[in-house]
Amino acid sequence: MCAIKASSSPPAGAAVNGQVTAVELAGITKRFPGVVANHDIHLTVRKGTVHALVGENGAGKSTLMKILYGMQKPDEGTIAVDGEQVTFSSPADAIVRGIGMVHQHFMLADNLTVLENVVLGSEKLYGIGAKARRKIKELSERYGLGVEPDRLVEELGVAARQRVEILKVLYRGARTLILDEPTAVLVPQEVDALFENLRELKSEGLSVIFISHKLGEVLSVADEITVIRRGTTVGTAVPAETTPKQLAEMMVGSELPTPETAESTVTDRPVITVDKLRLETAGGKALLDDISFTIHEGEILGIAGVEGNGQTELVDALIGLKHADTGTITLADEEITGWTTRKRREQGIGYIPEDRHRHGLLLEAPLWENRILGHVTEEPLAKGVWLNPKAAQQDTRRIVEAYDVRTPGIDVTAASLSGGNQQKLIVGREMSHKPRFLIAAHPTRGVDVGAQAAIWDHIREARREGLAVLLISADLDELIGLSDTLRVIYNGKLVADADPATITPEQLGSAMTGAATGHLEHDDTTPGTPNLSKSPESGEDEAR
Amino acid sequence: MKKFDKERVLLAVAGPVIALAVAFVLSAIVLVASGKSPVEPYTLMFEQLGFSDIQVLIINQASLYYIAALAVAIGFRMNLFNIGVDGQYQLAAMMAAVVGAHASLPAGLQVPLLLLTAVLTGAFWSGIAGVLKVTRGVSEVVATIMLNAIATSVIAYLWLPDVFGVKVGNNNTTGEMHESGWISGIPVGDAGEIYGLVFLAVLLGIGYWVALNRTRFGFDLRASGASETAAAASGVDPKRMVLTAMLLSGGIAGLAGLPILLGDTHTYSLNFPTGIGFLGIGIALLGRNSPVGIAFAALLWAWLDKASPELDFHGYDKEIAVIMQGLIVLSVVVSYEAVREWGLRRQQRRVGAELAAGHVLGADNNTTKEVAGR
Repeated sequence: MCAIKASSSPPAGAAVNGQVTAVELAGITKRFPGVVANHDIHLTVRKGTVHALVGENGAGKSTLMKILYGMQKPDEGTIAVDGEQVTFSSPADAIVRGIGMVHQHFMLADNLTVLENVVLGSEKLYGIGAKARRKIKELSERYGLGVEPDRLVEELGVAARQRVEILKVLYRGARTLILDEPTAVLVPQEVDALFENLRELKSEGLSVIFISHKLGEVLSVADEITVIRRGTTVGTAVPAETTPKQLAEMMVGSELPTPETAESTVTDRPVITVDKLRLETAGGKALLDDISFTIHEGEILGIAGVEGNGQTELVDALIGLKHADTGTITLADEEITGWTTRKRREQGIGYIPEDRHRHGLLLEAPLWENRILGHVTEEPLAKGVWLNPKAAQQDTRRIVEAYDVRTPGIDVTAASLSGGNQQKLIVGREMSHKPRFLIAAHPTRGVDVGAQAAIWDHIREARREGLAVLLISADLDELIGLSDTLRVIYNGKLVADADPATITPEQLGSAMTGAATGHLEHDDTTPGTPNLSKSPESGEDEAR
Repeated sequence: MKKFDKERVLLAVAGPVIALAVAFVLSAIVLVASGKSPVEPYTLMFEQLGFSDIQVLIINQASLYYIAALAVAIGFRMNLFNIGVDGQYQLAAMMAAVVGAHASLPAGLQVPLLLLTAVLTGAFWSGIAGVLKVTRGVSEVVATIMLNAIATSVIAYLWLPDVFGVKVGNNNTTGEMHESGWISGIPVGDAGEIYGLVFLAVLLGIGYWVALNRTRFGFDLRASGASETAAAASGVDPKRMVLTAMLLSGGIAGLAGLPILLGDTHTYSLNFPTGIGFLGIGIALLGRNSPVGIAFAALLWAWLDKASPELDFHGYDKEIAVIMQGLIVLSVVVSYEAVREWGLRRQQRRVGAELAAGHVLGADNNTTKEVAGR
């Protein structure tokens, strides 16, 4: 080991926990073609603290952590660990420097014991026998992890598996732990237990980088918060001096629409009616249950919810990728529950998918072929069974101009456009067929600011002309700013509704955790805790 | 936008050229390692190209390869691996031979009947794998390999004298086909005859291109191959597409043996060429699933086949051609993937550069749009 270079680092060793810098990222820039990358990121994590990294999905948190963990190399910028500049070319390098990562999706072998999982790949540290078991027990007790080395992993619950993952990282000598969305898979009680563990860790002088987009959790566990937006750090905050609202504003930025929506265009003519929709897994567990709503001409219905609460399944059921187990979907006055995806699209359902790379584009095909995708049977792209490439190309040129898709031509592959331009192409494509009903799942995710405003304008414009929109978004201000009606999805059910004219992001946020149900009303006396004026389903929903 | 087209041609040619160059070098190394001249075999084989009888042999052989490779390519275009082309074309050729021996219609009906028999037999055989895949999730690779083995046994059974077989000396045949089902070749003097059904191969190539690039079905098929998830979201029924592609692939495979059956052997015997389905896989790979590329690849393969026997007369082993074919397939897989990724990245860079320079489509000549930075 070489000596610590003290020139640029803060006075090393002299300060107590909380003052010494454990990890410092400076000026990190990472470019990917076609996606939002990191740009000039600064992050300083002090020893013995929990440092939260918050930002919307697609803001660049994961990329940043992959850089810190050695999975990707930054194009520019420096990483310093304990004041010493380092470059990582693999996670192994990062571990040597005491940086460990607990992934969102656990990397454990089910049919091995905890002990075997922990030593796997690090047999050289403490062997695979008694010494390793002793070490595991010692770590488990020291940090209150309660890990039993001889249990089979398949017998463990999600929270216990997570603790095994944490122990795995500690076992390898990590002093700085990166936890990627650790609470996404946990129930509230388990979250509290996890936070207890984190406090143990920091009291022992370890540092934790906690990635999340749940503001409540972040404020309760973090000592310091760095906010990342559109690939760059926009500021840091201390929880004691920050309200969720301020944090939310930092997360989503000020260039957002003020929630003063233009005059309502909602009519009383229903376009899409979903009635008691239920979707099950193969095992009979409900992914969606008792979903009922109606969207009228000119109405945008916003669905708020923490990711993974049934949004994806709802979209799949509406576009026909999954078929409802019970319940009906009606478009205008035709029941479409049994229709195929193609028929639904032909009959006027537009679809802006959540993951445009997986569901919205053929990345290696030219733009004009992507223009055809999803509308291959429709005018002017096809005549009978024949394609009409000329018309498709011409119409692609029109979309490129009308929707301001920045591209040198329509023959380049979709992969060579930036995320925002890809998304504008998709929006343009879907709007070109005059849909009656538009499913917009995260329409501005990973999109630059200019494109975001443009996409919003297009959606508003179409709404004025009578389009019904289902808007799903993780960006609460987008939801509040665009929607005419808001519903909250939690655990596959629509548990609450709200009026976007009066609701605040904090109220919505707390309903998204299942803490509030029924009709959410603004109440100035208790900001942050929504008032329950009526709660038809509160009985079956355990509030925290 | 011409430069992006030129770019595409460059990329399309770069892969095969690199692969062939690497394969030639590697084969030369094999020759040197075995203590022989690394150059002379090629000179000898190139000389063969000058003989008109060899040319005819090459063209005839290539027509079989071409059809088989097209069948494989259809599957490849939607990520289906039809390894069963071999069993499909053999079984189809046998059924056509049997029908040709027993039915006797005027030529105008007999030939279409034979073609139809072959198509249906091939499609039926691949359709089994297709049905298994969509209903039971059986991998088409496993199913078609098994069906190849079963086809061999079925053929052996049909060859039994009390089924459809006719013994000619030690040879198993299906009996001579009625002449109305023969297709006379194009005589080229002393060099022999070019099979009449070479034109069928050409037509199939054109049909393949048109169907894939100019029809809705072709678009759906290509979309399914490019991204299964995006295709499903666009309204393609994945199961139906798998079944259709399998049936089409098998139907075309069924025709692969017919140029030689109707043009030369007029019976399905033990001497009937085998293994063409497997060669078709390599040829489709080398030809990048494009009808023109496959044509070149099929001719190359046929050349290696037909020119290599000459090597035996000069102290070289003709198996060098087989080694060469193997090396080509190997280098093709590597070089295509490398070229593909390189091309994608290159285009992304170029697009970035063009945008930065203000070359945005739709921008007026005097005003260039400002490009949004990230």
